[in-house]
Amino acid sequence: MSEQERIHKRTGERTAPEATDVNVDATKGDQLKADLDDLLDEIDEVLEENAEEFVRNYVQKGGQ
Amino acid sequence: MAIAKVLGIETEYGIAGGPDHDPITASSVIVNAYAQQGRTRINWDFDSETPDMDARGRVDLTSFAPVVETHLANTVLTNGARLYVDHAHPEYSSPECRSPLEATLYDVAGEEVMRRALEVANQSLERHHAITLYKNNSDGKGNSYGTHENYLVRRDVDFSDLVRAMVPHLISRQLFIGAGKVGSETEWAGNEAPEFQLSSRAEFFEEVVGLETTLKRPIVNTRDEPHSDAERFRRLHVIIGDANMSQFATFVKLGSTALLLGALEEFGASVFPESPHRPIHALRVFTQDPTLRASAEDLDGHTRSAWDYQDELWYLARRFVEATAGQAVAEPDEVSLIMTQWREMLDGVRDNLDAVADRVDWVAKYRVVQGFRDRHDLSATDAKLRAIDLQYHDLRSERSLAQRVGLRTLFDDDAVREAVHNPPTTTRAYFRGQCVARYPDEIISANWDSVVFDVGVGPLQRVPMLDPLRGTQSLTQELLETSATAADLLAALDR
Repeated sequence: MSEQERIHKRTGERTAPEATDVNVDATKGDQLKADLDDLLDEIDEVLEENAEEFVRNYVQKGGQ
Repeated sequence: MAIAKVLGIETEYGIAGGPDHDPITASSVIVNAYAQQGRTRINWDFDSETPDMDARGRVDLTSFAPVVETHLANTVLTNGARLYVDHAHPEYSSPECRSPLEATLYDVAGEEVMRRALEVANQSLERHHAITLYKNNSDGKGNSYGTHENYLVRRDVDFSDLVRAMVPHLISRQLFIGAGKVGSETEWAGNEAPEFQLSSRAEFFEEVVGLETTLKRPIVNTRDEPHSDAERFRRLHVIIGDANMSQFATFVKLGSTALLLGALEEFGASVFPESPHRPIHALRVFTQDPTLRASAEDLDGHTRSAWDYQDELWYLARRFVEATAGQAVAEPDEVSLIMTQWREMLDGVRDNLDAVADRVDWVAKYRVVQGFRDRHDLSATDAKLRAIDLQYHDLRSERSLAQRVGLRTLFDDDAVREAVHNPPTTTRAYFRGQCVARYPDEIISANWDSVVFDVGVGPLQRVPMLDPLRGTQSLTQELLETSATAADLLAALDR
């Protein structure tokens, strides 16, 4: 649940600058970059530690 | 005239872990875990399955017809869906839905079913046998599994017209419904292996038309198994499509395709853009090019990019909506949502990727892959980037990247919970789901077009449901509510 709330908050933050007409592009660009930085921090935390092994071990039988 | 676009999605999930690391065992554990939590274990009835019937009117002896596996775990859910083991994957086939939005909801409900099954299964497994599930389409090593869409189409639409009309859409819609992929995994990419593809599934397609689904996969699948009255209906079985994490992408995938099928029924095939001269080549060129500049030539020498195709098809869909209000597909508000979202995605992928990163999977994935690569100064082939790709589709909340990239949602938790348990109300899935919920001990088996009862005396009784638009809530609720037992129900149906 907290996951979803957080996502909505993030989305809200992102769209907020669009509503103002002052220096829209710069504000929006900075906001997007900050969002992406936060996201990459989070990915650093949750990404499987041994990526090489994780990817190598994922083998599927073909399906339809 | 266009007929009601009854539709649904079936998804094979990627699976890892489990006892002995055997995917078939693990898939059975998942299906049985969910079935045992539920009220019933009702079997699937294979009597009317004819997966080797070819829509071109003959059985293609050079094709391998799909094998139906009757011995594996197989069950019917109270929401009208089918949950089973297909090949070596757990698969959720949504119930028949009456609109793209509803079908999207039941696809999301399928994710929730898998999540619950995963939780129950892992409670009984030792930690080092824990299972993980992925809503994706390949393992990065050349093995692919499907996400298939199904649409009800008028039987009198000529199959060659269906091919002619749908190929341009099916090869270009990856622009907004592609799930994205780091690198490539089939031979065709050869020396010029792309760093990133729009679609995870596109590179596995080798034919334009055919019956197969596991080898030499065709853009248009000819399986002629309507699961309904074959005199009146076809079921277009679309096997070329990515498993989407974005609910908006699933919605526009279904909505755009359903509207174009309506346009085909309404106006005929001649209003559709000419297919590229080499459709498979075009499909591959389009998926390899996130800059969207690549184009393909048709027989008349016209070249179009994937974007050009989609732009033309969007206007064709609008013409259909103007002529019919899109009634065959959905209510006016929903039709209008399909059209505006489709347009926004289309313009976004061309002009401003950031604007659609909250709705288009490949854009969301591309953005984090590129960002991560820049931050850590990685090569395009670094395993970490492929791990991001895989983990984007992880169903576990603590690992899922799709849940972290800020994708917009269409449904709240309550709506999804409701759809996990209850069937759609305006198709025959209502009757199937309600029977499973009300008379679990008296149903022997069920499938798309019938339910088989054993009331203890006399022979088994099959209730046919050949029309997908019968068996709805308005037609059967009273009957179901006044029938305390299956015997009462059957007696009432006999009257």
